[in-house]
Amino acid sequence: MIEIVPREQPSRRLTTGVPLLAAIGSLLLAAIPLAFAGAPIFEAYGQMFTGVFGSLFSFTEMLTRATPLIFTGLAAAVAFRAKLWNIGGEGQLYLGAMAAVWVGTGMIDGPPILLVPVVLLAGAIAGGLGMLGPALLKTRFGADEVVTSLLLNFIILIFVQMMLEGPLKDPMSLGWPQSEPIVDEAVLPQLIAKMRLHAGFLLAIGTAIIAHVIMAMTVWGLRIRAVGENAAAARHAGMPVKRIFLAVAFASGALAGIAGVSEVAGLKGYLTSDLSPGFGYTGIVVAMLAGLSPLGVVAAALFIASVFVGTDSMSRAMGVSSFLADLTVSMSLICVLLGGFFARFRIRRVRTEDAA
Amino acid sequence: MALPTTPVPHALPGSGATLLASDNRHEMTKPSPVLSLRGMTKRFGSVLAADHIDLELARGEVLALLGENGAGKTTLMNMLFGQYTADAGSVHVWHEDGAEIILPPGQPQAAIEAKIGMVHQHFTLAENLSVIDNILLGTERLLHLNRNRRAARAKLEALMIHSGLEAPLDRKVRELSVGERQRVEILKALYRDVRILVLDEPTAVLTPQEADTLFASVRSMVENGLSVIFISHKLREVLAFSDRIAVLRHGKKTGEMVTADADTHSIIRMMIGEEHDMPERTPGTPRDSVLKLDGVSIHPTRETRGLSDVTLDLKGGEIVGIAGVSGNGQSALARVLSGLLAPNAGGIEIGGERLAALTPRAALSHGIGRIPEDRHHDGIISALSVSENLVIERLGDADVQRAGFLRRASMAKNAEALSAAYDVRGPGIHARSALLSGGNIQKLILARVLETHPNVILANQPTRGLDFRAAAEVSRRLIAARDAGAGVILISEDLDEVLSLADRVLVMHAGELTETESRDRASIGQLMAGHAA
Repeated sequence: MIEIVPREQPSRRLTTGVPLLAAIGSLLLAAIPLAFAGAPIFEAYGQMFTGVFGSLFSFTEMLTRATPLIFTGLAAAVAFRAKLWNIGGEGQLYLGAMAAVWVGTGMIDGPPILLVPVVLLAGAIAGGLGMLGPALLKTRFGADEVVTSLLLNFIILIFVQMMLEGPLKDPMSLGWPQSEPIVDEAVLPQLIAKMRLHAGFLLAIGTAIIAHVIMAMTVWGLRIRAVGENAAAARHAGMPVKRIFLAVAFASGALAGIAGVSEVAGLKGYLTSDLSPGFGYTGIVVAMLAGLSPLGVVAAALFIASVFVGTDSMSRAMGVSSFLADLTVSMSLICVLLGGFFARFRIRRVRTEDAA
Repeated sequence: MALPTTPVPHALPGSGATLLASDNRHEMTKPSPVLSLRGMTKRFGSVLAADHIDLELARGEVLALLGENGAGKTTLMNMLFGQYTADAGSVHVWHEDGAEIILPPGQPQAAIEAKIGMVHQHFTLAENLSVIDNILLGTERLLHLNRNRRAARAKLEALMIHSGLEAPLDRKVRELSVGERQRVEILKALYRDVRILVLDEPTAVLTPQEADTLFASVRSMVENGLSVIFISHKLREVLAFSDRIAVLRHGKKTGEMVTADADTHSIIRMMIGEEHDMPERTPGTPRDSVLKLDGVSIHPTRETRGLSDVTLDLKGGEIVGIAGVSGNGQSALARVLSGLLAPNAGGIEIGGERLAALTPRAALSHGIGRIPEDRHHDGIISALSVSENLVIERLGDADVQRAGFLRRASMAKNAEALSAAYDVRGPGIHARSALLSGGNIQKLILARVLETHPNVILANQPTRGLDFRAAAEVSRRLIAARDAGAGVILISEDLDEVLSLADRVLVMHAGELTETESRDRASIGQLMAGHAA
């Protein structure tokens, strides 16, 4: 018989080592489908590596891909800390992008120093409101925010498609459902000439640091952790539990909204309904991989972006399906969840005691 | 019951139990035993939850198991069912044929195979399934395709006629009343052919009429050979329904008697004990009124009993002890004073201000320090560190934060000082408070409450589950706070504690608070049982 006993105090080495081991483990596990696809395994890994680190272009591409993942990862991490299950990052991302396009395509004029913050703020507010709804439904009526925030994603995406066919449609787009381009003053500047990497990446890193400071060093962070860990005791201690919950919901939605702004104003320049290949959902994986730590989110986003970009380039070079990237990311999540379990519990073999 | 003449010891398949020769020929005159717990002992850390408890149960007998919360009833039953592994002691069960087996410790399956069943106080039914599915759940093989439901239904219908317990087999459990659900729980046990049935506080959720029906059915089953252990603290029921009474107190069996020879007084004497091991009480010196409750009423809900017209005038410098059997409105009163529950009627006067209701924030700002009943659930946030838990009620204070940033150094200093002053022991102030023992968690809460020098202290079951030393320390702190001028409301089920600490004694029964001048256990016990003194 085996027994599962919780570890009294999971060690630092375990809590930080587990995600790392999980990342390596998932890469190794990717060898199995690679072998099935008939690709030479070592060569494939080599291609994957050079696809990310082989050139300045490929490396900056990876960072570009990581940018929205850091934002959506932070959105999930902050919410999950308060046990608010925001699964609506994808929808909030589109709300943010739509607000950016609405404000940033000529609605207001001004220099970049004014317009960029305004566009970011508009996207943050739109995303924040997008999560405030499900959170209010939860605090008012007890509606499960997993369901409401998830379903809202589909509503928002269809709404975006409707807007792109209607009011937001660019008359110059030759019939394509896309928005007018963001005005130059609202565009997030490039960081390196001729590379797609934009200021959104620095903003993401900065946001992660701010989130870390808030969670670890402020009263607000302590309140969020308190509400997430034991809402009853937090209420007993006089904390405004509902208000904290709603504030976290708004902040989480706002972070996902900024991911949308960053993609529109930093990368694409205009809004289409395929702006995000599921960044909102992948953000959840990023957050779990990071153990809900804001700084860990940066590392996890870089890892997942590397897997995506590396596998993309490998699949092109080797002629195997690019779905391998999704597979590797999924396996890393499973590895992390399993690893997290072993970090928190130990398995003990117990011999059945003989009856006296 | 015939005894085997040549007993052959052999292992019982599946349960790991060993068959022993029955050696009870000399007990032939007594009713044949079905269950015997011998020397059951269980220690949790420094608390001895069960201390060499012996218990016998005869065939066709109803044994009432009495005791306060924390007396060891649940621990004992959990050992019987193999949910806890006993540190010492053994569980003996006799089969129909007189064969004696010893249940292997720590194996619930063995208890099930020995035909022991339990009906928990909190039902364990799946609300979205029908009654029959709930009853069959767990009796069928997981991958069995042809469920033999017709046979099962026939057996259940026979059982229902036999026992007089009626339940609508095809209705969903969520549509059933509480009384019906309880009948389903009992049918579930009977369907498994139990010979020994444990009923844990079966009438806690029933109306008196439902309780009467239940007792009548159980009686008729007992006449057919069922043996029942009946856990309760309602004396009237115990006297009316049981054959024999065993009383537990502080993990020990303090008495046993035949119900026919017992009366309320003798039972209460066994339950609350007569020893005086607490130090002699020093009287307080009451000062001005610090808190007044004026006709506070709470409508009862399904979960908690309400309050009816509770009036209380708490002076500074006195400890008011509220005695009573739990579930009589104490938790509603505590929730009102903690700011978690708004009264439906009445008012609260504190610091010269009259309020209709408190919030936790308002309670704190008016100087009410609260020691909650469930210290793990309401008292601490176990994932936060000791130093964080010490300040969660005053996060706005200048020594805790500056411009919204936590002052970690100052918090650490505060935590070091309080840990030393209140003797909070554990792996350190930065460790998660989950790692502290129950006694140290209580000291942490005490430190957090008392360091703010509250005018009013609500101490709800402050020593429950603590060992003697920790409990004495809590008592000493409460007396010191009283002597410094605070008014203390002490809610406790432990009458000893109330009598040794309180300057005034009030008894809570059925949501009403009655003050008594008496210090006599028996007459307070009468009030606790709802009789006028």
